[in-house]
Amino acid sequence: MTQLTELTLAAARDGLASKAFSAVELTTAFNAAIEAANPHLNAYVVTTPEKALEMAAASDARLKAGNAGTLEGIPLGIKDLFCTEGVRATACSNILGEFKPTYESTVTSQLWRDGAVMLGKLNMDEFAMGSSNETSRFGPVVNPWKRQDGANASLTPGGSSGGSAAAVAADLCLGATATDTGGSIRQPAAFTGTVGIKPTYGRASRFGIVAFASSLDQAGPIAKTVLDSAIMLGSMCGHDPEDSTSLQIPVPDFAAAVSRGVKGLKIGVPKEYRVDGMPEAIEKLWSDGIAWLKDAGAEIVDVSLPHTKYALPCYYIVAPAEASSNLARYDGMRFGARVEGETLTEVYEQSRAQGFGNEVKRRILIGTYVLSAGYYDAYYLRAQRVRTKIAEDFRLAWQKCDALLTPTAPSAAFGLGEKSDDPIQMYLNDVFTVTANLAGLPGISVPAALDSQGLPLGLQVIGRALDEETVFAVAGVLEAQSGFNAKAKSWW
Amino acid sequence: MAVDANTVRRVARLARIHEPDSRLESLAGELNTILGWIEMLNEVDVEGVEPMTSAVETTLPLREDVVTDGGNSQKIVANAPRSADGFFVVPKVVE
Repeated sequence: MTQLTELTLAAARDGLASKAFSAVELTTAFNAAIEAANPHLNAYVVTTPEKALEMAAASDARLKAGNAGTLEGIPLGIKDLFCTEGVRATACSNILGEFKPTYESTVTSQLWRDGAVMLGKLNMDEFAMGSSNETSRFGPVVNPWKRQDGANASLTPGGSSGGSAAAVAADLCLGATATDTGGSIRQPAAFTGTVGIKPTYGRASRFGIVAFASSLDQAGPIAKTVLDSAIMLGSMCGHDPEDSTSLQIPVPDFAAAVSRGVKGLKIGVPKEYRVDGMPEAIEKLWSDGIAWLKDAGAEIVDVSLPHTKYALPCYYIVAPAEASSNLARYDGMRFGARVEGETLTEVYEQSRAQGFGNEVKRRILIGTYVLSAGYYDAYYLRAQRVRTKIAEDFRLAWQKCDALLTPTAPSAAFGLGEKSDDPIQMYLNDVFTVTANLAGLPGISVPAALDSQGLPLGLQVIGRALDEETVFAVAGVLEAQSGFNAKAKSWW
Repeated sequence: MAVDANTVRRVARLARIHEPDSRLESLAGELNTILGWIEMLNEVDVEGVEPMTSAVETTLPLREDVVTDGGNSQKIVANAPRSADGFFVVPKVVE
């Protein structure tokens, strides 16, 4: 029944509604696919096949009784950053040991409320710090896609939500939760030929999601199609009293916006996103995207976001500073791994030295340094001021256009190990995505072409705060006009 | 504002992360590379610009001042490295 795993989320929902197959049959197919593929792809770090079957059986009962939820019987993968009651959550860090949350994150509890089925927990960069999945305690995820040069190199699925992206691309779930602090939903989506959206900051509750940088972190889905991502996002969003930054506003019908079209919309093309050394295939895809939107009735306008080049350095002050505060809780006392020592300080220092990986330690040290006495004004406060300038660039752009079109990432998927020695080269992966986090705006990545090596490339649409509907409308046109339907050829 | 080995030792101590002396020089190099790149922000004129504190204009909501949680100490210590009788067991702090 492997063909069931190839369905889109929307098609599977139709099939369940028409009784073409049952939720248990659908989940059984995914359990089998995961068991066969995971030793090769390393996308799941925990699988919960029995729990999945129990949830599927309950879905079948609700489908039969006629009170199915919007995601009834839909098997999903959950990024390991989400707390899942009774199922190990480690943020792929050793410091969390065998942590089993005694509570459920708000986002996942809403997915279960709507009938979704949990297949397991997905691999990621440690504490979501990375762009290649190589900082995970469980080792990297392997991208289902391969270059066509015959060398058979293992490629990164991107990061930090690499497990989510790879699992969706390899048909190991119908959709996955992910999180995005600087591009961690959109870059992996671009690297794997999948769709990923980060909503406006505050749309989705952060309660029960392991914190990295609280003013930037936002949850969203990775899925096979724009419509699938809209269906999932609708379930994930909504006000939550447990997160004071979650917005008290209604959730629009995102799925209805996907087919709205772009007639009469003004689409901005920011000149600062044309960077040196960008591969020709990405330049071409960007021009194609502009042409597709024009064909569909949009007007293209040139815009300028002059502070774009300061976004990454700004991010690498704000995010490590917030991370150094958030990760102070991992002290070996209340949960996670403890390394015993002679004194209390020694226990703290050894637990953290052995529990955190090198990239996480590097960021904690930078964050501690920029927040330390004498440097706060020069670094952190200045970065927060530059952040205001970056957000103002967008506010000015919205006077001329309704959404922005850019590439998602400056390259296609690269080889595992290719960039792991040079942190700044790795950080540059997020050059086009990080601005939306700093300004709190919604951004989506839509797969739209293959490069000369047969690897997928993504286009990004950024919208006004709280205007995910326009983002979905533009993404829907890009998806339809590009005709992109390529899949990774199974070798796993 | 170049970082040297002594600064790394001080910052690592603040962050409660043990770094062996043999690592301090190479960490100083790594941090200097990143901090050097970040220096780019000094080009931006931020005179009179308010620091950004929130991505979406909003006021922090208040909730009813009532007890909404509690009575679950067993859940709270469930993941403790060491616990006893609903308490965390920690290394001796005071002699």
